[in-house]
Amino acid sequence: MSFITAKHPMPEQDPRERIKNFKEVALGYDQETAVAEANRCLQCKGAPCQKGCPVGVEIPAFIKLIKEGDFIAAGNKIKERNNLPAVCGRVCPQENQCEKQCVLGKKGEPVGIGRLERFAADYGAAFDRTAQHLSRQVTGKKVAVIGSGPAGLTAAGDLAKLGYRVTVFEALHVPGGVLAYGIPEFRLPKDIVKREVDYLKSLGVEIKTNMIIGKTFTIDELFTDGFQAIFVATGAGLPYFMNIPGENLNGVFSANEFLTRTNLMKAYRFPEYHTPVHIGAKVAVIGAGNVAMDSARTALRLGAQKVTVVYRRSEKEMPARLEEIKHAQEEGVEFLFLTSPVKLIGDKEGWVKNMQCIRYELGEPDASGRRKPVAVPGSEFNVEVDTVIMAIGQGPNPLITQTTDGLMSNARGNIIVDERGQTTRSGVFAGGDIVTGAATVILAMGAGKQAAISIDQYLRDK
Amino acid sequence: MYRILQKRSLATGIHMYEISAPEIAAKALPGQFIILRVDEWGERIPLTIFDFDRKSGSIKIIFQEVGFTTKRLACLKQGDFITDIAGPLGMPSHIKKYGRVIAIGGGVGAAPIFPIVRALKEAGNEVISIIGAKSAETLILQDVMNNVSDRLIICTDDGSVGEKGFVTEVLQKQLTGEKPDLVMAIGPLPMMQAVSELTASYAVKTLVSLNPIMVDGTGMCGACRVKIGEETKFACVEGPEFDGHLVDWETLIRRSTMYAKEQELILGEKVRSGGGCGCHS
Repeated sequence: MSFITAKHPMPEQDPRERIKNFKEVALGYDQETAVAEANRCLQCKGAPCQKGCPVGVEIPAFIKLIKEGDFIAAGNKIKERNNLPAVCGRVCPQENQCEKQCVLGKKGEPVGIGRLERFAADYGAAFDRTAQHLSRQVTGKKVAVIGSGPAGLTAAGDLAKLGYRVTVFEALHVPGGVLAYGIPEFRLPKDIVKREVDYLKSLGVEIKTNMIIGKTFTIDELFTDGFQAIFVATGAGLPYFMNIPGENLNGVFSANEFLTRTNLMKAYRFPEYHTPVHIGAKVAVIGAGNVAMDSARTALRLGAQKVTVVYRRSEKEMPARLEEIKHAQEEGVEFLFLTSPVKLIGDKEGWVKNMQCIRYELGEPDASGRRKPVAVPGSEFNVEVDTVIMAIGQGPNPLITQTTDGLMSNARGNIIVDERGQTTRSGVFAGGDIVTGAATVILAMGAGKQAAISIDQYLRDK
Repeated sequence: MYRILQKRSLATGIHMYEISAPEIAAKALPGQFIILRVDEWGERIPLTIFDFDRKSGSIKIIFQEVGFTTKRLACLKQGDFITDIAGPLGMPSHIKKYGRVIAIGGGVGAAPIFPIVRALKEAGNEVISIIGAKSAETLILQDVMNNVSDRLIICTDDGSVGEKGFVTEVLQKQLTGEKPDLVMAIGPLPMMQAVSELTASYAVKTLVSLNPIMVDGTGMCGACRVKIGEETKFACVEGPEFDGHLVDWETLIRRSTMYAKEQELILGEKVRSGGGCGCHS
């Protein structure tokens, strides 16, 4: 038996064109290509791919349905386990998850599981006109979910399917969390996020925006109000700065601010939309994770002439997804490795003008197993910049832990939970980045799934 | 959606809205603010809660038309809706018994100082209030401030009502008399800076309420960061009230001008959504 050793390529917008717009870069499979890619799947017994999926999608089963041309059934198969398939098919790091386990990957490229998931989800959204039939028993019990990011939305969907009355409380004016404010339109169109949220609403989930738990209501008040269990999924939205001189100069942003302005507030369509975003000609993005890649590529689309990613380790250690790094390179983003800023220097008007950097070399591996960057004394040099975007990570917002008695967090501010997602406060569960620190969309969804199971168990035993 | 129950004009370009927002009214404390978004094209802007009525579930805001969004907001009428309001945000004002307090409201800053003065008075303080404006036409809240203060001093730049001169000149006279235990100042950044510099020379504890650029108002972006002493703080969650003697005023004033060009552009721009409002040509 012979196989095609490579994935069917997915059509993409030309890099020279796409840096002029915010439209999606990857265009998705058509039906014929999807079937051809599905035919590469060997339908392994034991489905190793499924074990690599944090929410346990029955991968061979949905791929078989695509092979047979029943695309709507394929989409519904995925939705049995995954409440946000159109999102996951686009933003999951499949190379570290399902596709990493695919046996085809040993001799060639794995099956394009993410691409097929995306195809089935998009097909279903476009052509599936059947209403959701849920043979659920309505329990009448109320569950509150705090935060409408991937963890919160997943838990809300699963709990609704289990018959609970679910209310999601969201601080911003749009649901989606990082899907709405963080990941740019060209990677995850916002109408797709809206479509997935609408699907959850169709399951009976109520979403209340502009509700800042810890301010508008406290956890205790939610219990008083009749909620019997609470899932805290507030993420890691507190931006870290470097605490170097000049960091408060004009033109210096956190990646969170830069991306929130552009994505959530649609500043890329200013003045049609009323939120401005400032972008200079020479942009430096500090950090090399997915948030850094998103910021760099957004800066290009806003008209920056030169965008440089500045990272204190080497190319090999970059935490961003390979596909994102490749896309950034194709679009003309430059990389400055083994380098970190030590000082930002402003002009007379107080705008950032220069960035003093220092060279690093890699020393011994640290606790995380990555080689520790060590500054090279006397290696300082200047880089001309007029915009600096700090993308060096985010921590947990302390609003909820500060206002809830008995809810314990660790030294980093992450909420402490047991293996079932139960916090130190009875009836309060937590999951996603608020527990793990900044991680991935799909891990947050896995945590949301676990929380729904645990909350169901807790409320049955109660 | 948040309904405007009542609209009142207080002075040229200064308006008061009473808005139905029961969740916010239930929790609001003096010194806190809201973030609002006028409509689906809108930007998010912070405004202090002027007053709140827990029973009727309404809050009041007072704002001055200073730029594009406040002009759009001013176009709304009684019965209209504001798309999004989030709050109450920020730390409440530090209300306790200090003793003798001088409270200063500069321009539209008389609005945010009002609930603080009322609370300081209720906490047993002796409160001397100073409110200043450019001229009689832009002076607001004279009556309500008078009601909650032991003494109210009015001043205008042109002398058209009250004493002629800046609030700092009135304050100076007060500082040379019996030394106050606290000065509380809210107004334009240069005014708060001038007050803080003046009180520093008399070693009088001074609190100010800062108004840097904000986006989310919940601590997730750092747009509102200010340098307080040696530390960078996010005004939306750790403030907006800070020790005026520790604020890095130069950086704060500079950062507040960051979008001056874009502000100018959108005010003149015809290509924008939400349509014109018809009340400003």
